[in-house]
Amino acid sequence: MKKLINAIDDVVKEQLEGMAVAHPDLIKVHFEPNFVYRADAPVSGKVAVISGGGSGHEPMHGGFVGMGMLDAACPGEVFTSPTPDQMYEAAKMVDGGAGVLYLVKNYTGDVLNFETAAELAFAEGVKVQSILIDDDTAVKDSLYTAGRRGVGTTVLVEKIVGGAAEAKYPLDKLSDLARKANMYGRSIGIALTSCTVPAAGKPTFDLGPNEFEFGIGIHGEPGRERFDMKTADEITEMMAAAIIDDGPYTRTVREWDNDSGEWVEKKLTDDPLKSGDEVIAFVNSMGGTPVSELYAIYRKLAEICKGKGLKIVRNLIGPYITSLDMAGCSITLMKTDAEILKFWDAPVKTPGLRWGV
Amino acid sequence: MVTRDQIVQWLNNLAEVLAENKEYLTDLDSAIGDADHGINMNRGFKKVIEKLPSVADTDIGNILKTTGMTLISSVGGASGPLYGTFFMRSGMALQAKQELDDGDLYQMLESGVEGIVQRGRPVLGDKTMFDAWSPALEALKAATANGDNTITALEKSVMAAEQGMKDTIPMQARKGRASYLGERSIGHQDPGATSSYLMLKTLLETLQAE
Repeated sequence: MKKLINAIDDVVKEQLEGMAVAHPDLIKVHFEPNFVYRADAPVSGKVAVISGGGSGHEPMHGGFVGMGMLDAACPGEVFTSPTPDQMYEAAKMVDGGAGVLYLVKNYTGDVLNFETAAELAFAEGVKVQSILIDDDTAVKDSLYTAGRRGVGTTVLVEKIVGGAAEAKYPLDKLSDLARKANMYGRSIGIALTSCTVPAAGKPTFDLGPNEFEFGIGIHGEPGRERFDMKTADEITEMMAAAIIDDGPYTRTVREWDNDSGEWVEKKLTDDPLKSGDEVIAFVNSMGGTPVSELYAIYRKLAEICKGKGLKIVRNLIGPYITSLDMAGCSITLMKTDAEILKFWDAPVKTPGLRWGV
Repeated sequence: MVTRDQIVQWLNNLAEVLAENKEYLTDLDSAIGDADHGINMNRGFKKVIEKLPSVADTDIGNILKTTGMTLISSVGGASGPLYGTFFMRSGMALQAKQELDDGDLYQMLESGVEGIVQRGRPVLGDKTMFDAWSPALEALKAATANGDNTITALEKSVMAAEQGMKDTIPMQARKGRASYLGERSIGHQDPGATSSYLMLKTLLETLQAE
């Protein structure tokens, strides 16, 4: 393993220290428990938006803390869920009196830790909600698995919900928007190489020199299928089909009821994309793939969308939700409407995403 | 009868057992999960051992609650909140107790398992720790109703937990990261069911040592 690290145990800590030194105007970093938070937090009267998850996906989530996006982010060890004390302490730090919205990627560890944190925060008198991001079309079924994983849509939801929070959306309305944006987003990822987790010291899986893995997650977990290497256009066609031809998806989520102080189950079904839909197209690098190749993918994706009657009204291209040094990419298409576009276009000023300011 | 000191001794013994089984549990996890269960449990119980002296002379409820809080804030993954909730709930059921009669012991485990069920929503056969806990609780309840003494009842419970743990081998996982493997999860013993069995077995061994 050849990596720019000092000591394996210090990887997460030193990254956070670097961020604090680099962006003192935007963010602050709290240690033990670890979380990144807005330099001007708490913002009075605004719902605080908090996310988090294992490290290794940078710039997500810490790089998206700042005006117009997240109020705080809780990083765990590499690919390991953070713990409830981080999420709870972060909530107390950034709550501006209007409550806290947790945006949680659907992985069992993340879900259980965030649910515990929501209960702790509620017990302290903080109004909370927890909305799940589950957009990975590689997972077909929610009945016999833990359900679709949270991947590319997470970045778009954090931007849109952060914009609406800045516009002083109250907690209930903000939660509705987060739920809608998640249900409008669908993603698929591929890997050309494995990633190497520092603590493991070797690649997580073996992939032959002439193979690629289709339907991967963001932690080096296995994909849906392995194929012989193909051209960029052929791979883009496979990826676009996985999203565009995907049927309705139904799952049961748990959300917090601030009146009864209990979790309530909600059954949600999202509809497939259809001709005439306007979409945000997000082409993301898993960390090791250069931007030049992402544009080759985007070029073909735009052609396919046009052929299918999908109108790309905004795009995002670059490494935003990564899997350490993995080569590969993901595509996310999110259906939009006036509300989503308004907050996508709203100003944002974070270390990892910045426009309109 | 179970004393406060025996509960403290159980937690100390458990930390040792989990340290000894760190690689075993991690190996089980690497087959169907993300290869960190032993590492995470060992880290959590090391923290518990650091905390225990400051609460060892309070009451059993407080000792168990402190154990739960410590696990929640140090383990991470799915097992942190699950085992953390287990100890928090069992502690809440035994507030101010200095010793436990047989009914209390059942209450402790039942409340803890209820916490696991509320947090993780498992059903039998999902290939989770609940597949060890559920038969263990049933056996304990039946043995207590039968008039067995604490040790005999717990022996039956541990045997049921061991069987429940082994029964996870042919199961296809429907919860957690293992569920994404589909049929490939068949043929592997669940790491959470294994650590749960170790927990109960260590309790029995601690009580037998007196």
